[in-house]
Amino acid sequence: MGRKLLLDKAHIEGIRYYDTYRSNGGYAAAEKALKSMGPDAVVEEVKKSGLRGRGGAGFPTGLKWSFIAKPEGVPRYLVCNADESEPGTFKDRYLMEFIPHLLIEGLLISSFALGANSAYIYIRGEYAWIPDILEQAIAEAKNKGWLGKNILGTGFDLEIYVQRGAGAYICGEETALLESLEGKRGNPRIKPPFPAVKGLWGCPTVVNNVETIAAVVPIINIGGDEYIKFGIGKSTGTKLISACGNINKPGVYEIEMNISVEEFIYSDEYCGGIKGGKRLKACIPGGSSVPVLPANLLLKTAKGETRMMTYESLNDGGFATGSMLGSGGFIVMDEDQCIVRNTLTFARFYHHESCGQCSPCREGTGWMKKVLHNIEYGKGKMSDIDLLWDIQRKIEGNTICPLGDAAAWPVAAAIRHFRDEFEWHVKHPDEALTRNFGLAHYADPLPLPEPAAV
Amino acid sequence: MAEEKKLFKVKIDNISVEVEPGTTILNAARKIGGDVVPPAMCYYSKLQGSGGKCRTCLVKVSKGSEADPRPMPKLVASCRTTVMDGMEVANITSPEVQEARKGVVEFLLLNHPLDCPVCDQAGECDLQNLSYEHGAEATRYEFKRRTFDKIDIGDKIQLHMTRCILCYRCVYTADQLTEKREHGILGRGDASEISTYIHQSLDNEFIGNVIDVCPVGALTDKTFRFKNRVWFLKPVDAHRNCENPKCCGKTVLWMRGDEVFRVTARKDQYGEVEDFICNTCRFDKKEKSDWIIEGPRKIDRHSVISQGHYVNTVKPKDPLVEVLDGRQPKLLFDIHTQSQVNRPDIDLSKIEGPAHSDDFNK
Repeated sequence: MGRKLLLDKAHIEGIRYYDTYRSNGGYAAAEKALKSMGPDAVVEEVKKSGLRGRGGAGFPTGLKWSFIAKPEGVPRYLVCNADESEPGTFKDRYLMEFIPHLLIEGLLISSFALGANSAYIYIRGEYAWIPDILEQAIAEAKNKGWLGKNILGTGFDLEIYVQRGAGAYICGEETALLESLEGKRGNPRIKPPFPAVKGLWGCPTVVNNVETIAAVVPIINIGGDEYIKFGIGKSTGTKLISACGNINKPGVYEIEMNISVEEFIYSDEYCGGIKGGKRLKACIPGGSSVPVLPANLLLKTAKGETRMMTYESLNDGGFATGSMLGSGGFIVMDEDQCIVRNTLTFARFYHHESCGQCSPCREGTGWMKKVLHNIEYGKGKMSDIDLLWDIQRKIEGNTICPLGDAAAWPVAAAIRHFRDEFEWHVKHPDEALTRNFGLAHYADPLPLPEPAAV
Repeated sequence: MAEEKKLFKVKIDNISVEVEPGTTILNAARKIGGDVVPPAMCYYSKLQGSGGKCRTCLVKVSKGSEADPRPMPKLVASCRTTVMDGMEVANITSPEVQEARKGVVEFLLLNHPLDCPVCDQAGECDLQNLSYEHGAEATRYEFKRRTFDKIDIGDKIQLHMTRCILCYRCVYTADQLTEKREHGILGRGDASEISTYIHQSLDNEFIGNVIDVCPVGALTDKTFRFKNRVWFLKPVDAHRNCENPKCCGKTVLWMRGDEVFRVTARKDQYGEVEDFICNTCRFDKKEKSDWIIEGPRKIDRHSVISQGHYVNTVKPKDPLVEVLDGRQPKLLFDIHTQSQVNRPDIDLSKIEGPAHSDDFNK
């Protein structure tokens, strides 16, 4: 049974409310940080823990915090990115809905470490019911003296505000989020300057994901040295994974980053195997924007080693044979799934969500969607596959924000690993909709137990 | 004694230049000039916050700086990236940049109609120049292009959104020059469009400048549309004492004979307005007598409008006069007096809308 740090109290009834949370050890980390540690010591502890941003990019959190500019007389801000909009990713929703005080405690500790007196939770518009839960928890915390002026008599002040987004995926990009928070159209800013220097209202700002901020609580509780022991190498601690697709047990799981992908998919503790006993065809391990991996590359790395649920192992081989842990949106596809249709679905999403600021993303995402639509619906040509490859190549890396990359990578990976399936669609336009591809990308199913002797 | 400013040494396409800290790569390249200057469709030095959107000015930073020589992982927008001491940049020497730029041109032309034969921006269109220099011979786009109805945004400006490449220059102009938000972007992705709020008109004494900053033919001067092609006109520098204290009154008159077809602000060698002008100068002063003519305008750009506008040219002697022992040849036939079309008594610039056969039957 894997150890848990974030969801260890999730099963306790009423943990959403302050009294239950507090009586089960809640706010002990905040008390420790504010009373017996200084801001610098908290930053050092987070650095020591090796915590990496859980929003997708995986940048070291402590290092990001240390970049924040500290000019005299200028306020600093902490912004919690709760605009969880990546298709396949729904882990932050679970945290905010069931253990909101964990996030508030994390915000309190993080703001203290950064010297921020205002923290914002920018939450996805579609999570319509969660802001009420958060606001209730904030009110409880304030009543108990954990927010407001002179917290615990330390002289530290903090207010937390909840801001609802209007439902645009691009507002999950940190600079677009800041624009939206300032009341403007959610267009990404051009970096540099980075938010740590010039962020919200032109002031130094740190933007962290919900899970990242929540993870600060156990780090302070158990210490950075202990936190490292939950994981391997540079993938330290635990990670929330939202698993979905053709698996027996979809849901949000907290894993120690020392288990294999195979264990995660087939173990009863997690996904419980492929639904209906079918064969595993492919998996997108980190949310829709990361490259899809065929089964043969999913369970083993390019070097033939066991693929682990870690940043490094999932990256192994680069985009040619690897993928990314990303935001932990684990989408599993069985043998009946059509890669072309899946790629079209994602292309349609990214086309719809492009802000339209820069030319490659604005025009390229729509073009890819139209070409994919033709291939999927039996109107494609062989040359369209090369055209798709070329379009994604001209988008990737050439846009203001990573949405261009997010749109390009799924298409690139689908062609790289499943080109024969695209060709099959072109050659058999009438049969394409039957989804009986007869193509070999599948992992052999795990051996079934021997039938009991009669 | 004033403290000596430290200059940053930058190498662009192996050509060294020294610039002040804070200079962008694009402006450092402009200091060198010539082919190493990246093209720019959305950057406009006179407008704050512009640039970084069209991605035509992408360059490769092969060495970050003297202190940190690592190359930048991705191509960067040269108009928004500032130089560092010892930075090395590849523009025309990088096949990767050229390939990316070719891709950007293709993207920009996906929804842009190639209606140069009827577009009023033909001859002075940045996208036209860009596509000649970096574009492919043919398009690979086989889908229906987006189209919009033309909108009159104000009595003198027409928006032809179909041609717009969403460079945002006009939005910045309206925001910054007129001190009043006039219009913006509606919609997202390839459905985004420039618009006023529910088709309101743009009426501000400086709003005509949105026409000058538009790199393509999306915003056109209704007093000039279809009156003439720019390469048939002679640009001359002119000025007047404008009543508007914010207007410099210095303009370029685009003339044919004594007829003033249009008035624009003066632009520098990169096609950027030097001083913005008011609507009165631009739209209402169309008589030669309104202006003090300074002399021919030097068109310092490599577009078609610079063709034929030669300065200090030496014409060969007319041998006919010598053959005729100094006598001028006898004019047997004056086309202007005989033609039924080009009647010299008709001022094309004063006809409402495009010239029509009815105008010549009066």
